Amino acid sequence: MSEMLFEIRDLRLSFADLAHKPLFGAAPRIEVLKGLNFDIPRGDVIGIVGGSGSGKSTLGRAMVRLLDVDSGKIRFEGTDISQMDEVALRPLRRRIQMIFQDPMSSLNPRHRVATLIAGPLHLHGFDQITERVDFALSQVGLPLTFRNRYPHELSGGQRQRVGIARAIATEPEFILADEVVSGLDVSSQAQVLNLLEKLVSDMGLTLGFISHDLSVVRRLCKTTLVLHQGEIVEQASTQALFDAPQAQYTRDLLDAIPLPEVTPGWLD
Amino acid sequence: MSFLELKNLNARVGPLPILRDVSLQVAPGEVRALVGESGAGKSMIGKAILGTLPDAIRITGGEILLEGEDLQAMSPKARRRLIGAKVALIPQDPLTALNPARRVGPQICDRLVDILGWGRREAEARVIELLHEVHIPAPERVMRAYPHELSGGMRQRILIASAFAAEPQLIIADEPTTALDVTVQKQILRLIRDMQARHGTALLFVTHDLGVVSKLCQSMTVLFGGKVLEDTSVDQFFSAPDHAYSAALLAATPKYTDPGGSLMPVPEATIHAVEAEIAAHDLAHQIETVRQ
Amino acid sequence: MADGRAAAKRPINPRLWLSGGWLLILVVAALAAPLLAPQDPLAQDLFASRLPPMWQGGSEPGFPLGTDSLGRDVLSRVLYGARIALLVALVAGSCTCALGAVLGLIAGYYRGWADVVISRLIEIWMAFPPVLFAILLIAVMGTGLTSIIVAIVVIDWTRFARVIRAEAMTQGAMDYVASAKVAGRGRFGIMIREILPNVLPTIVVLLTLEMGIAVIVEAILSFVNLSISTDDPTWGSMIAEGRAAIHHSWWVLVVPLITLFLTVLSFSQLGEGLKDHFDPVLR
Ligand SMILES: Nc1ncnc2c1ncn2[C@@H]1O[C@H](COP(=O)(O)OP(=O)(O)OP(=O)(O)O)[C@@H](O)[C@H]1O
Ligand SMILES: Nc1ncnc2c1ncn2[C@@H]1O[C@H](COP(=O)(O)OP(=O)(O)OP(=O)(O)O)[C@@H](O)[C@H]1O
Ligand SMILES: [Mg+2]
Ligand SMILES: [Mg+2]
Repeated sequence: MSEMLFEIRDLRLSFADLAHKPLFGAAPRIEVLKGLNFDIPRGDVIGIVGGSGSGKSTLGRAMVRLLDVDSGKIRFEGTDISQMDEVALRPLRRRIQMIFQDPMSSLNPRHRVATLIAGPLHLHGFDQITERVDFALSQVGLPLTFRNRYPHELSGGQRQRVGIARAIATEPEFILADEVVSGLDVSSQAQVLNLLEKLVSDMGLTLGFISHDLSVVRRLCKTTLVLHQGEIVEQASTQALFDAPQAQYTRDLLDAIPLPEVTPGWLD
Repeated sequence: MSFLELKNLNARVGPLPILRDVSLQVAPGEVRALVGESGAGKSMIGKAILGTLPDAIRITGGEILLEGEDLQAMSPKARRRLIGAKVALIPQDPLTALNPARRVGPQICDRLVDILGWGRREAEARVIELLHEVHIPAPERVMRAYPHELSGGMRQRILIASAFAAEPQLIIADEPTTALDVTVQKQILRLIRDMQARHGTALLFVTHDLGVVSKLCQSMTVLFGGKVLEDTSVDQFFSAPDHAYSAALLAATPKYTDPGGSLMPVPEATIHAVEAEIAAHDLAHQIETVRQ
Repeated sequence: MADGRAAAKRPINPRLWLSGGWLLILVVAALAAPLLAPQDPLAQDLFASRLPPMWQGGSEPGFPLGTDSLGRDVLSRVLYGARIALLVALVAGSCTCALGAVLGLIAGYYRGWADVVISRLIEIWMAFPPVLFAILLIAVMGTGLTSIIVAIVVIDWTRFARVIRAEAMTQGAMDYVASAKVAGRGRFGIMIREILPNVLPTIVVLLTLEMGIAVIVEAILSFVNLSISTDDPTWGSMIAEGRAAIHHSWWVLVVPLITLFLTVLSFSQLGEGLKDHFDPVLR
């Protein structure tokens, strides 16, 4: 078994630019990921930061194979999954999970919490589903009475916990969290972050944490990768990155963080 | 005189109070923050002003004054017209605020054409100009894109541009920068501040990001459980918050300069204290109602 | 925030009650028409022609809603007419719905070539003027109940397909679909388990609307004599006959007209009511 959980090699991905599609022929492509290389060791918590539109979500969705890549390799435990079809991927789906940014739209509004969490369990042939659902709920600190609620009957922070409960229910090895705290108020945010931290240490998870909030990344992640316009501009241990940022873009990011203190002229 | 004034606004869903005697004022050109945790009722205040509250929620008392005129006393049509001309909204959720089945351009022009009676071309030109101003690289392309083809940040910027397009006098911004990265957020905040300074636009800025509040706003209202806990200037809040809850909120905000500092969710005890305060307020309110 | 909230029973809204009640009465009346009808709907009796309804002077027992100019009992004819109207509503409505919804769902969710083919088909289809279409069909198939039903299905499936396609596209772009995919659900499973429950309310509304439309279309075609033979008691033919007799026996026109009106109204209200009733977001 490889020591690296993920190895990404020269990953390229583009989208069709339908707005500039000529009347006849194929639409031009917009390159979104321009040859990325990085590794994620088992047990790592890796922060993926970068500007809006830099390709963070695209990278994340490619890694969990929601998107097809143009070229390059995505090796999961040494096996290249970048070209696998849906059927071949199915057994891996249990082990690679994702938590989405917007818990309202990522939870089907017509299913109750218990159904939402049980869905992946059924698909992967787990037994004792009720117990597992309850266990997942307790892990994320939600009372069991929430089993029968619909997503719209929960607060934002609670919804996000349901998303987390669903992701951890199948006991995955890797979870990709895409901006999971950016829609939450600070108090819920602190709770969710503390929860993720606890899950990582208790369950031996490997976590990919996409965020544009560097304060949060600093708090949670061991290593950090800075993405800018589809390229990795810096990759280092979080400590080193914050102490001595190498790339200009990283320094710009740090400068732009509004700290909660009054600084006249900060906007100028 | 304040441009917008809420006086003892109460709202309920069924028997459950959502807003409790909320009073707040926004002077012309003032930038006021409305902060509070999720579910505090921040968005409901915005919706009450715009008259877009969900059916389940009823206003049970209080006044909403726009330039001294009571909005609730107006006919729905007159109210819509006044709001359409003077107030704009930057909505909270960029995912649901845009219709996924339509191209972006026509959607944002519709408002100018339908409500303000602009010509289609004029509206398009104006929107493209504003998309430039909010730093969207290729506005023409974006106008013809479907929402799902754009990143969350781009969608949010589009909504911001469309709010400013009609040059309103008050903008209610409901967490407009949550989906943006910090560099763009800084640009947008600067843009919002410049635009509001240039046009004297007043701003009611709904957010839970205290960092942003400290940089953009002059005054702030802290809300919890639909009740105003503190109404203060930004300087005062960040140097010495008055209310225990405000102090706890400040402590729950992560700072990258302080990685070792533990992240404290607002302590249970503080929450309980605030809840007791609210219960006492409800009781007083009930006694008052019974007496009348 | 009580935990009983999710389980709390929802009050049934009045529009659901009223419209559902009326339709239920109609269904029972149609099924039991041979038992309920006081007379044979086709029996003519010139000695009993133009009898007024029972609350007016000069009425006769056994003809509670009066008779038409041929002496046929109006109540009995309305009851038997309900059989035809509801049959058309049910068969035409559900066939249109099934065809349109399946195609719309496939086009909207699967996209790709399936969408291209179905969307083109819809566009071409809608380019034909519907009335011409209907007349052409009836010219080919002859008049009769079957051709009415076929005409409705053939003309109206595009309405379903278009709306459901747009709705499925909307839902397909939501993250819950992506999250089901990450969980390992296949395409078909996602369509059935995730998308369908979310477009179901729209389908229900369209279906009931379509049933109302079917009732109207059948009435119109009988009115212009393109439906089944004039002898058969249909609301449309009753209205056509009643129109001629409006000056001396208004009830011959008014009774089927009101029945038709209430039925069509009830169908549309039923759809809206059901949609609200099953929406977990509304209570
Ligand atoms: N389905 C799509 N079709 C076409 N272009 C797309 C599609 N999805 C994303 N893009 C483009 O890819 C680029 C990267 O988008 P992505 O969502 O990965 O950004 P991001 O880093 O997650 O940004 P944000 O922080 O705003 O969420 C953007 O320019 C976006 O417009
Ligand atoms: N349609 C509705 N019916 C009943 N209650 C509602 C409805 N919409 C919102 N609420 C309740 O109203 C309260 C205030 O909600 P509001 O959306 O204003 O919160 P908020 O402060 O904007 O929170 P957030 O930061 O999450 O946006 C919440 O307790 C919420 O549960
Ligand atoms: Mg993203
Ligand atoms: Mg809100």
